[in-house]
Amino acid sequence: MTFTAAATATVAHATTTVAAEHHGFLSPTGVEIAFLLVGLLTFGAAVVTVTTKQLVHAALWLVVALGGLAVEYLLLTAEFIAWVQVLIYVGSVVVLLLFGLMLTRAPIGRSPDADSGNRWAALTVAVASAGALVWVVVDAFRTTWVDLNGAAAGSTEVTGASLFQNWVLPFEALSVLLLAALVGAIVLSRKAKAAAAGTTTAPQVPGSRDGKRATEDKEGVR
Amino acid sequence: MNDALDVALRLLVVFVVFLTFPLIVGQTEHKVMAHMQGRLGPMYAGGFHGWAQLVADGVKFAQKEDIVPAGADRRIFQLAPAVALLPYLLVLLVIPIGPGEGAVGEVVDAGIFFVLAVMGVGVLGSLMAGWASANKFSLLGGLRTAAQLLAYELPMLLTAASVAMAAGTVSLPGIVEAFQWWWLPWQIVGAIVFFTAGLAELQRPPFDMPVADSEIIFGAYTEYTGLRFALFLLAEYAGIVVLCGLTTVLFLGGWHGPWGADGLGWVWTLLKSAILAFVVIWLRVTYPRLREDQLQKLSWTLLVPLSLAQIALTGIVKVVIA
Repeated sequence: MTFTAAATATVAHATTTVAAEHHGFLSPTGVEIAFLLVGLLTFGAAVVTVTTKQLVHAALWLVVALGGLAVEYLLLTAEFIAWVQVLIYVGSVVVLLLFGLMLTRAPIGRSPDADSGNRWAALTVAVASAGALVWVVVDAFRTTWVDLNGAAAGSTEVTGASLFQNWVLPFEALSVLLLAALVGAIVLSRKAKAAAAGTTTAPQVPGSRDGKRATEDKEGVR
Repeated sequence: MNDALDVALRLLVVFVVFLTFPLIVGQTEHKVMAHMQGRLGPMYAGGFHGWAQLVADGVKFAQKEDIVPAGADRRIFQLAPAVALLPYLLVLLVIPIGPGEGAVGEVVDAGIFFVLAVMGVGVLGSLMAGWASANKFSLLGGLRTAAQLLAYELPMLLTAASVAMAAGTVSLPGIVEAFQWWWLPWQIVGAIVFFTAGLAELQRPPFDMPVADSEIIFGAYTEYTGLRFALFLLAEYAGIVVLCGLTTVLFLGGWHGPWGADGLGWVWTLLKSAILAFVVIWLRVTYPRLREDQLQKLSWTLLVPLSLAQIALTGIVKVVIA
């Protein structure tokens, strides 16, 4: 809370990050220590998420990992991103995950049959993608330090301005991608329903209203 | 050192509010429901019109044995009430009741997002309880909770976004600061949608399908006894306080009122919240419980389109007056 206070007390202006030479690794500040500790906790929770044998526990450890990530954003003064992280991932994605688990199979205790034989392939892909991400991030922000005493670097105003001034094109491309995924999901669920009912009529043209009816019907069947 | 004292004092005040206001709402519910049904309600505890009934209930809950079912997932079962209750305490911290720095626990830059995000976490408590109880009724309750949250989170977010667009800020004190009286008719659809969706997120009647005591025996809370059950109940009433406070701050202008602007703003906030809390109780007595499919239909076919229309209206008016 005190970090948030420090971040919000000063109204954001513009430039915030400084490339400072006098930052050393041997004399860390309190915030840096906190950042490291929360990072370790997040990493630990993430490892438990993928190694635990209990399905629902994995989902709940995922909550810890995602929450830890939100705290890291807060420590970097990116307050808006932190709350959105909690709202979307903890509040919706994990709830959806738990809903799916409960609907299908979520026994209390271990589920030894939940392991697939792809352990090594999965590990290879995970290590490769983690390596690529770490490389990109380190290369991009090599000597950049967040100035905690100045204006907040990640307040809503600053984030919004940079998103809609510098990054409009990726933002719009992403929203089109998400729209395509939404339409695709609706199409798939309509087809599955027609096949299950054994009807020969062609599925209707999927529109937004049809999509809503499809989800509603699914709830009704349950 | 003065700063630390200031923070401690604020936290203490918020904590006291967190402990007392839900009880006041609960006692009001006892009495209002009783009178609406031609009864008297609690009359003995404490002497004057049964004012101490909930205190007595609390003592009773504390005395009961704390039972964890043998087949339950012990640790998650015990953790669930805390996960359900604590988010509301955090939300209460950022709701401003008056103008200025002194009347809010902590000013958060992206207040709306903080509030909605943290309130969503509270539902995880019900999910954990529903799963960990090893009871089919509880699991059904948990499933319904999740389905309800997924359906009603969206209209809530959209209407909150509409207010944020109108005010040009996402900070809660900033929104009340920018409030004008004509926002009331302008945002009225959003206000109703927000309040309805909030009721559904709290699982209050008529949206109490996940707890539905007469069919799935209180859903996720079936196996809970004693203090942990009391904590779930406290979470529900704290949720009412938070929802009414939020609706007041976002849509009803918080501390703005026809008169008494200087110094007495917090009275307006409390008064508006109290009236909304009365409406919550009134709805519980008036309406029968919605069926699960009716509940989903109401959200997807009515509330979501209405909130989208509200956003469009907000955008148009904003462009016209700019």
